Amino acid sequence: MKTFHYLTKPIIENNPIGVQVLGLCSALAITQSLYPALIMATAVICVLTFSNVVISLLRHVLPSSIRLILEMTIIASAVIVTDETIKTIAPDVSQILSVFVGLIVTNCIILGRAEGFALMHNPKLSLLDAIGNGIGYSVLIILVATIRELFGRGTLLGEIIFIPSSDGGWFLENKFMALPSSAFFILGIFVWVINAKTSNRTYD
Amino acid sequence: MTEALNLLFKAVFIENLALVFLFGMCTYVAVSKSVKTAIGLGMAVILVETITVPINHLIYQHILRQGALAWAGYPELDLSYLKLITFIAVIAALVQVLEMTIERFFPTLFKSLGIYLPLLTVNCAILGASLFMVQRNYDLYESVVYGFGTGLGWALAIVLFASIRERLHESNLPKGFQGLGLAFVITGLLSLGFNGLSGLEF
Repeated sequence: MKTFHYLTKPIIENNPIGVQVLGLCSALAITQSLYPALIMATAVICVLTFSNVVISLLRHVLPSSIRLILEMTIIASAVIVTDETIKTIAPDVSQILSVFVGLIVTNCIILGRAEGFALMHNPKLSLLDAIGNGIGYSVLIILVATIRELFGRGTLLGEIIFIPSSDGGWFLENKFMALPSSAFFILGIFVWVINAKTSNRTYD
Repeated sequence: MTEALNLLFKAVFIENLALVFLFGMCTYVAVSKSVKTAIGLGMAVILVETITVPINHLIYQHILRQGALAWAGYPELDLSYLKLITFIAVIAALVQVLEMTIERFFPTLFKSLGIYLPLLTVNCAILGASLFMVQRNYDLYESVVYGFGTGLGWALAIVLFASIRERLHESNLPKGFQGLGLAFVITGLLSLGFNGLSGLEF
């Protein structure tokens, strides 16, 4: 039961985006619609799991002076494989995601969990931690993407949910949701909710 | 000259990496509690961007691009899938060299930058600028201007943000909204302001 807690804690209580402030760049930029957000979430879970387990396996061998550059190499290799896979499987999404899949390399969730967790724990716990953090990241970006796509365009995954007024419906598209800044407001509100629910943390 | 100015203006304001593309957000939110450190970090970002973008440009154009190794007898070879690893290695190496140089020749500046210098390796604004340089096919001259411009834009954004946060420190806010929650909303407002500049051109 105790080990299971490594998996569940990062999902809400210690959410990587909302509480640890890790991996914001990609989280904000690719949440305009749901489909790319789902692909990005999957990609981050894959890369995070791979890098956390590999770094945890190598934790006794990595010399600390050149640790950073070695970790970056492991992460970058995983990202290249993911990037090429997405290009093959879903070339249209790879257009939308453009440089953001590449930027998983510098996504601080990956390096942050490697430095903060995988270097000190065994592969089994690192695996749980990676999956937990990956899910925490996914939950938040999927929520933000759902809100932005639904209210910005009236669609979900490209399917029309609200009929726009141009086609005789009632829904007026909210152009604000298409701007990256809307993600900040949504995220700010989520952080407020998380903080209000978990009262035992300190504020800076 | 007009073209260079246009590109500079575009990189600093219209396509501000921090507030329009939302690159380097982790550092942006984490290191913006005081204006002084924000200025130091901003300077370091300008320096690193101005050097890494042209270097990565040369490496990409002369080694990695498809057909770049034609002179060596490999006209078909396309190494561009290696660009991520190469770029991140260049950035990590440069940050390391820069750290040693600054420590040796400018000890006061080194002290004021402290931990933020090595942290630049994982700042996605730096890698992002190099990736955009490849995507948009900038030439060497343009990449120098673009590198400097993106660095300046990022520095401007973090100094602005830090100044606002310093003032807000004293204000009376709902408890759960203090710190991170409010930081997000302020960034949202700043970003909205920068979005208003889109479409401007000389």
